[in-house]
Amino acid sequence: MPQITYRTALNQALAEEIQRDENVFLIGEEVAEYNGAYKVTEGLWERFGSKRVVDAPISEAGFVGLAVGASMLGLRPVVEMMFWSFAYVAWDQIVNNAGCVRYMSGGLINVPLVIRGPANGGTNVGATHSHTPENFLANTPGLKVVCPATAYDAKGLLKSAIRDNDPVMFMENTLLYGQTWEVPEEEYLVPIGRADLKREGADLSFIAHGRAAITCLKAAEILEEKHGIHAEVLDLRSIRPLDEDAILASVRKTHRAVVVEENKPFCGVGAQIASILGEKAFDDLDAPILRVSAMDAPAIYCPALELEQLPNAQRVVDRALQIC
Amino acid sequence: METAVAQSEFASADINLRLTPDDKIRILRDMYRVRRFEQISLKFYNQGKMGGFLHLYTGQESVAVGICSLLGEHDHVITAYRDHGHALAVGMSMDECMAELYGKATGCSKGKGGSMHFFAPDKNYWGGHGIVAGQTPLGLGLAYALKYKGLKGCALAFLGDGAVNQGVYHESLNLAGLWDIPAIFVIENNRYSMGTSLARSSAFKNNLAERADGYEIDWELINGSDLYEIRAKTWTAMARAHEHSRPAVLEIDTYRYYGHSVADANAKKYRSTEEIEEYKNNHDPLRLYRRRLIAEGVLDDATADRLDEEAKHEAAEAAKFADDSPFPNASDIVADVYWEVDNDTERGRTGKHFFND
Ligand SMILES: Cc1ncc(C[n+]2csc(CCOP(=O)(O)OP(=O)(O)O)c2C)c(N)n1
Ligand SMILES: [Mg+2]
Repeated sequence: MPQITYRTALNQALAEEIQRDENVFLIGEEVAEYNGAYKVTEGLWERFGSKRVVDAPISEAGFVGLAVGASMLGLRPVVEMMFWSFAYVAWDQIVNNAGCVRYMSGGLINVPLVIRGPANGGTNVGATHSHTPENFLANTPGLKVVCPATAYDAKGLLKSAIRDNDPVMFMENTLLYGQTWEVPEEEYLVPIGRADLKREGADLSFIAHGRAAITCLKAAEILEEKHGIHAEVLDLRSIRPLDEDAILASVRKTHRAVVVEENKPFCGVGAQIASILGEKAFDDLDAPILRVSAMDAPAIYCPALELEQLPNAQRVVDRALQIC
Repeated sequence: METAVAQSEFASADINLRLTPDDKIRILRDMYRVRRFEQISLKFYNQGKMGGFLHLYTGQESVAVGICSLLGEHDHVITAYRDHGHALAVGMSMDECMAELYGKATGCSKGKGGSMHFFAPDKNYWGGHGIVAGQTPLGLGLAYALKYKGLKGCALAFLGDGAVNQGVYHESLNLAGLWDIPAIFVIENNRYSMGTSLARSSAFKNNLAERADGYEIDWELINGSDLYEIRAKTWTAMARAHEHSRPAVLEIDTYRYYGHSVADANAKKYRSTEEIEEYKNNHDPLRLYRRRLIAEGVLDDATADRLDEEAKHEAAEAAKFADDSPFPNASDIVADVYWEVDNDTERGRTGKHFFND
């Protein structure tokens, strides 16, 4: 199986879906002639032309709204946010329009829209460019939220997102763009709403999404090598819909849970999962549910400290040892 | 005193010459329907039959009815929260609209949208939007989709004189001008945004539409009390959108008789009773159009009165229908959130979508 980068996997997904369905088009800042700020869309404009790959001026609210309107009439826009942080100027369009128009129309309208781009800290660009809004958006019934951690998942989930008939908020990670994973050459889809057990273990469950799942894999290795503890890593892959069955199955097996995310702790995804576990797996738990999140402050610039602010393998290991 | 009917130089515009007497009567009837629908809804709002806000369109009927009388197969409409007039003008029934106000399952949005959120995609009517100017890029997107699909049509996005100061409206204008999108932005300038007059909300030289110059977009000013002028000038913009895929901004001078919403406690504080009376007496689009049709010999007073009576009757019947209709069930609260769940697809069955228990 070929090894390709997370970036290439996304690029392939976009190309395949543009080719498959004439209603799919890509719109965003610098996505066409410039080949994408992070080169995710490289070569697509040359291949598919200006109708299918559209350079937009810096008007996130305007072109997200445009995409919502166009999707109501049956197009399937894929909007690139140069950074998900910039979606904050389009919040009204995302939450009020994409998120609510189906409901307020009593189900007469649907919005087959994807908004995608990087949502991560860790690149020394300061607080305004490091937001991770998956918890905010998952708090809006009507929206779906997907956070792939590997190239394989990124490709399969993006293709599913584009085929989904509801608005999907697709959150990538610039720190993963250049990393490689095995990805099959033949076409495949990864369903939205199904978690992936990325490592099996009997002693402890790490429940994570996005790059935090990769961090957990490293932490699980350290735990095994240095402490003889067998942790399993459940990668949620999507936040909403959420694979609650997989979460419960894992914790019922290991009886210990650490929920890890790069988001901030307050009302984060981990809070929701801890609540589910507290309610539905109370009797299965042998220890309190612990969480590891980004340290609770705006993202710091300082390159020497920023990666400390995010969950890293050592911090995850230390947390796990508190209950093992 | 009934003055002589002012001539409209727009009566002889081609698009108006094409109107048959029946067409003209239908337009008058539709204006009566909007007015009487709202009158009845106000009555029952005051009796506590509905909740929330009720933004009445009374005084502005010629705008929605005049413009919607021009719509063809691929022409689309979207507006803000003052949306009853547009809804009826595109052909929605009074029953489904009144039932929506009552929050009933038989409402156009099954009681999930309310007064500000009427929808009828089958009639090219895309709402009904509660966030000021939030609908403007959606209108742009509808027009974008038409162009993308190669369909000859346009999208008319209505907004208020207060909405023109929202950033997203300007983003929409820029994109429409830049990309030749057949979107027509119709500013219904009723001179107030809630209690704030035009002079207190907008920096402008002459008018609000003129801002379109900054985006290379054609614009036009329209007297909203002249139905023929509304039709003629809007049609020019629509024809340009159809033939050349160019956007437009139309600013229509109009007036609302009631407060911003029925709950507007200051309705009489930020403007004088004289100002309101002046509009009602001298610029009321319904009265003026009725008089014009009588002068044209299209109908007589008795027929016009009958149209009015029929509209009242239809509205009263709609209120009965709404009253008799059931509320949605509690289980309906979580329906119509995700298309995939509603349609019970594999995708809709994968993962947990709702977190209620
Ligand atoms: C973003 C936003 N801000 C404020 C409001 C509250 N609000 C509703 S209507 C309105 C006035 C808008 O006036 P205008 O655009 O002139 O439309 P009109 O009511 O006259 O039809 C305000 C301030 C809102 N709904 N949305
Ligand atoms: Mg106004």
